[in-house]
Amino acid sequence: MKPLLPDMSTPITRDINNEIAESFHQSKFDVANDYRKSAFAFFEKTGLPTAKQEEYRFTPISKGLEKNFTWDSKESTSSINSIDAFLIPNLDANILVFINGRYSESFSKIISPESEVRINTLSEAFRSDSSLVSSYLDKVLHPEKDPFTAMNSAFWQEGLFIHVPENSNVSKPVFILHLNDAGEGQVISQTKVLGILEKGSQLSVVEKFNSIGLNPVFHNFSEEWIVKEKSHLEYCKIQNDTGKSYQVTNTVIHQSDNSLLNTFTLTLNGQLVRNNLGIVIDGKQCESHFYGLYLVNGNTLADNHTVVDHKKPNSFSNEMYKGIMDGNSKGVFNGKIFVRPHAQKTNAFQSNRNILVSDSASINTKPQLEIWADDVKCSHGCTSGQLDDEAMFYLRSRGIAAPIAKAMLLYAFASEVLAPIQNETLKLYLDNLIAERLHKNF
Amino acid sequence: MLTIKNLQAKVGEKQILNGIDLKVNAGEVHAIMGPNGSGKSTLASVLAGREDFEVTSGEVDFLGKNLLELEPEDRAREGIFMAFQYPVEIPGVSTINFMKTALNQIRQYRGQQALDAVSFLQLMKEKMKLVEIDQSLLSRSLNEGFSGGEKKRNEIFQMAMLEPKLSILDETDSGLDIDALRIVANGVNKLRTKNNAVIVVTHYQRLLDYIVPDFVHVLYKGKIVKSGGKELALELEAKGYDWIKNEAAVA
Repeated sequence: MKPLLPDMSTPITRDINNEIAESFHQSKFDVANDYRKSAFAFFEKTGLPTAKQEEYRFTPISKGLEKNFTWDSKESTSSINSIDAFLIPNLDANILVFINGRYSESFSKIISPESEVRINTLSEAFRSDSSLVSSYLDKVLHPEKDPFTAMNSAFWQEGLFIHVPENSNVSKPVFILHLNDAGEGQVISQTKVLGILEKGSQLSVVEKFNSIGLNPVFHNFSEEWIVKEKSHLEYCKIQNDTGKSYQVTNTVIHQSDNSLLNTFTLTLNGQLVRNNLGIVIDGKQCESHFYGLYLVNGNTLADNHTVVDHKKPNSFSNEMYKGIMDGNSKGVFNGKIFVRPHAQKTNAFQSNRNILVSDSASINTKPQLEIWADDVKCSHGCTSGQLDDEAMFYLRSRGIAAPIAKAMLLYAFASEVLAPIQNETLKLYLDNLIAERLHKNF
Repeated sequence: MLTIKNLQAKVGEKQILNGIDLKVNAGEVHAIMGPNGSGKSTLASVLAGREDFEVTSGEVDFLGKNLLELEPEDRAREGIFMAFQYPVEIPGVSTINFMKTALNQIRQYRGQQALDAVSFLQLMKEKMKLVEIDQSLLSRSLNEGFSGGEKKRNEIFQMAMLEPKLSILDETDSGLDIDALRIVANGVNKLRTKNNAVIVVTHYQRLLDYIVPDFVHVLYKGKIVKSGGKELALELEAKGYDWIKNEAAVA
């Protein structure tokens, strides 16, 4: 008898959704059981997204998860004994370390006084400050709208609660390292950050994602940042995982009147990276700059979905994402801008520029503007292409070898996105990462 | 120094150069003139190694090497320099970094040590004076937002930095006012020695008032149809190109 072929018409995620459900029911959680249960109910409604869903059309994350991971409630162990290689040299910062989804007390180091910023693990905050935490958690992230957000709220192993009191200027950045060690087996980690900047406060956050080991890693990360009146958040995400890492991040930043936001997202590595970044501009006279760079090669797929939601008048947002795709890599960019009826005098700009270095690399880019107000200035533009031949010839005609000329042009293209970064140590580090990736040697 | 024999080239299906013969010796200045579309800029581009053009026949010998076999960067390293008619704007790359990279690539090719930062700066300051260009301009992104005159001056600055054996000025006078023209021409003249040579490609005679040629060649329909001394340029200025066209038609 011939073996039965699998029926291709059924959603591929059928089995894995059952496994995930089983894993959830078998897990013993220390805190927030009710909260987890209601989040899981949202997940069960939809299950993992299939390729038929518009939002995940170009990003076969569910397929990757089904193929590479088993879902049991076991946690992976790690024998890592130094994190030095993953730190940012000379960055004088509060260091918060997660290894395989668990907070590492021994590697973490909080140097800012509690009067400047209060940093707790999320489970600790759930116990000691449950009403405050509950009043913010999942209020701007919507577990009912995205299965990964729902999954994260149900399963989160550990997280951080960062609270900046009114008018506090936190002098040292907060550096969060998510390290996944797949040396001894697959890793599934789910972590969560809740940050609140009270009125008139200022904070700089750097999040870095790294993985080691040869087994697959799935990291599902969610975070919410509440940036209140006249506050200022600097936010930088660095994704530099190894080849077998699957990562989904859901970030929502909520801004109130007169707040200022700078974000930068750098994606360098990983099998599949999906970033959902939402900025809710729920205040007047806000300013938001969000920049991104995906510099990928090999078989990496880097997908950035961004949403800017202008809800109030007189605010300004400026988005610039750039991509360089080499090898067989794929880029996906989707940028939504909403300007609500009340958000008159909004200025919203978006640009997405891409360079395909190899013939087998690809990019799918899609701007989406929905504007209900009539007195606004909005613009968007996207380009995809190869390196400029005329510029290459110009450099070569002065004696510069073709590979160096190429590196110079790519580096010049890429490094523009570093402009808004204020911290010089961080900027130098990012600049070096980019230069190294592009084989800049001049 | 440079010997071109029966050079023919096309772009796509269009034949542009139909057999050029030209010999340039060290210490000489040659002007290539001709009406629009005669192939002047194509000749400059083919010598510099622009890949849009396909050489279909002929030979180019530069100091004993087959120039047509060399990559554009190797031509530059051997001593060829083309000042572009339309210098390219490159955001994010400063002229200073660009020149430092170029100079050290050329030095490496010649087996010389890379220049350290101090010597480079010293050399740069010296050459800046020559073309009256400001350092603030050189710190900016290459040609980005430069005026026409600034772009051309930057070309001559690069030429001064790289000290080529053969410079090819491709319509360097186009888009220049008279003051900028004088500055650019003075720069070129100061760089002339008995060991290097210059090919000036131009439509008009006015640049040749400042950079005085030893030989003038008229290019028409992809061929040199007339050669002479500097007085030929004046004759062309007075009479236009029609008599050349008529002569060529008769021949």
